[in-house]
Amino acid sequence: MLERMIISGFGGQGIMLMGRLLAYAAMLEGKNVAWMPSYGPEMRGGTANCTVLISKEEIGSPIVSHPKTLIAMNQPSLDKFEPNVNEDGLIILNDSLIERKLSRNDVNVIRIPADDIADKLGNSRAANMVVLGAYVKKSGVVKMETIFKALEKALTGRNQKLMDINKKALKQGAELVKQ
Amino acid sequence: MKKVFGRPKSLTKDPFTYCPGCHHGIAHRLVAEVLDEFGIREKTIGISPVGCAVFTYAFFDCDMICAAHGRAPSVATGMKRSKPDSIVFTYQGDGDLAAIGMGEIVHTANRGESITVIFINNAIYGMTGGQMAPTTLVGQVTQTSPYGRDPKTMGYPIKVAEMLSTLKGVAYISRVALSKPAYVLKAKKAIRKAFQSQIEGKGFSLVEILSTCPTNWGLSPIEASKWLEENMIPYYPLGEFKTPEEVS
Amino acid sequence: MGEKILMKGNEAIGEAAIRVGCHFYFGYPITPQSELAAYMSKKLPKIKNAAFIQAESEIIAINMVYGAASTGARTMTSSSSTGISLKQEGISFIACAELPCVIVNMQRGGPGLGSIQPGQADYFQATKGGGHGDYHLIVLAPSSVQELVDLTMDAFDLADKYTNPAMILGDGLIGQMMESVEFKERKKIDLPDKKGWILTGCKGRKKYCIVPFNMDPYEMEKVNFKIQEKYNKLKEREVRYEAVNLDNADLIIVAYGTVARIAKTVIQNAKSEGINIGLIRPITLFPFPESIIAEASKKVNKFLVVEMSLGQMVEDVKLAVNGKAEINFYGRVGGVVPTQSEILNEIKKYLK
Repeated sequence: MLERMIISGFGGQGIMLMGRLLAYAAMLEGKNVAWMPSYGPEMRGGTANCTVLISKEEIGSPIVSHPKTLIAMNQPSLDKFEPNVNEDGLIILNDSLIERKLSRNDVNVIRIPADDIADKLGNSRAANMVVLGAYVKKSGVVKMETIFKALEKALTGRNQKLMDINKKALKQGAELVKQ
Repeated sequence: MKKVFGRPKSLTKDPFTYCPGCHHGIAHRLVAEVLDEFGIREKTIGISPVGCAVFTYAFFDCDMICAAHGRAPSVATGMKRSKPDSIVFTYQGDGDLAAIGMGEIVHTANRGESITVIFINNAIYGMTGGQMAPTTLVGQVTQTSPYGRDPKTMGYPIKVAEMLSTLKGVAYISRVALSKPAYVLKAKKAIRKAFQSQIEGKGFSLVEILSTCPTNWGLSPIEASKWLEENMIPYYPLGEFKTPEEVS
Repeated sequence: MGEKILMKGNEAIGEAAIRVGCHFYFGYPITPQSELAAYMSKKLPKIKNAAFIQAESEIIAINMVYGAASTGARTMTSSSSTGISLKQEGISFIACAELPCVIVNMQRGGPGLGSIQPGQADYFQATKGGGHGDYHLIVLAPSSVQELVDLTMDAFDLADKYTNPAMILGDGLIGQMMESVEFKERKKIDLPDKKGWILTGCKGRKKYCIVPFNMDPYEMEKVNFKIQEKYNKLKEREVRYEAVNLDNADLIIVAYGTVARIAKTVIQNAKSEGINIGLIRPITLFPFPESIIAEASKKVNKFLVVEMSLGQMVEDVKLAVNGKAEINFYGRVGGVVPTQSEILNEIKKYLK
């Protein structure tokens, strides 16, 4: 299993899109992928999360109870999923919205001031792409160019004009991560 | 010798199974005559209900299907949508259409499905042995309203034609009776208009036919017709409730 | 070879159905399968002479299916658990009338309104008839989005071949999940001609009647015998399953759909602990793969049936094994999905 992750935040932060882009890019690179949204009442506001699995082999259980990677876009997400992350796993968190320190010291952590960067880029809604960029750079699970390809597929119609800012956000996120 | 009266082509040779004095037979014949006159027998599909008219499939000489109780309008919708060049009609009683199938008929009418509904209102359940129907009159004694229909606990009889005619998708609605020859002629005209509406793609059409049930009313055929005129027609007025201009 | 597309399970069913000529969809919204209706509402209006209707009830939807199927059209409805219960009268009529159609049940937790999370507690309803009377559906249980596509296409062929309703029995998880799928080129297969019974108007022929009743009990008994004959043929010819690692297994898991996927991960994890686990995954739940289970029970004497129910398919496994091996059961319900570690712990209990 190359990746087994949970992406979590509140509705409107583009959580589902982050997961879908990643799954789509991994598929383009010939891997097996599965993407699962949380569904139900939380769709209507509150927290939203999705899981992404990427593997060279057949994907068995699509349920991720202990992720290798957690992307937490807000505080409640960190509170909910931090205890479950695998030992030596990775937590990428949105520093702009999360003030507290991690309660664990057996995991790797990257703090990205995603909202602040997105604001400076001129669109606060691109915070998700900043974090995704950081993740792609850190994990190397897919290439950045493939994420761009996936983005082109996802942004159709009137959303096409958002292409540039999203690409910029992805790149800026990546730059914050030292290999 | 010139033949002046015969069986319509759209009826099979099977003898009707209805009780003496029941109006189902007349209603069947009128529908069959109209199918003959429009020359549409070979592209018509009929839907029989659950109730006394469950055997309708045997009497009409066109393709037929039997629907579950109350569901005929939905079956008709599935057929008409998948075979839009056919003529589709349902034949339903008051228990079937106005009780268990009320949701089906209202929404089918509201969608303006291009089908024709022949609705037999005899104010009682026939086949199951004379229970109260939604159209049973106030005070009317039935097997399940042995002290007469009491509106306080059983509600008032439903006026289907009036109710459905408030819906925009409806092209044609009328109420007729069959208790005397003049009524029969009017009923025939109404059934013609209903099928014409469908042929011309105007939308949903329905003819409510006030009918007798001498067996379950406990009356002779002649008494039953009299009872219908004295009790049902005053509550269920005859006439057209909705007509598309082109049809009327 | 088609292109790989990333697709949500519920939408993949819709696309698969359209590609095999299902142009009439009737359904009522219910979580967790509403994306299927939404997909059909987007696609079908663009196809000539096709129809999508958002029915005003589950009962209306299944009866529209009955009507469309009687004219020979490929047609489908979908729902989840409680909605499928409402459709049962119509399904019984369709089975008795011997009409082909496809019904999708993306199961949720039950009983009652239950929950909207995945479940498998409609197994009895799906495989034993569901409505009144003696009849069966052809029941297919996909465990991946690709299989949702392939089995949906197969369901239409099987329904036509046996003039019997077929059901896709999935669950909320598989419907919501996105995986890569491919719409493969399908081999042409010979299907029976529908001309001898479909209602199209009686021009140039005698009238046809579709009458799912007979007031003469002896005649009605004959109707029963006739449809029963089809079920015997289905049992002979159409059984499908996946068997994994049966040789030298210490214990065999029997599971279908989503749970079977979890079982595959359990097999991997167990192997690293030196435990050898096999899996029989029924793909057809009716007809049920009895023979392979009976065969396996001659070599392996421990089974664990895992379901998102409190023990439904386990009864069929017991019938197949017929006392020749030890059958254990583990189930989670109400929308709870069993985890791989729970299942592995359960296995260890029986291998002590």
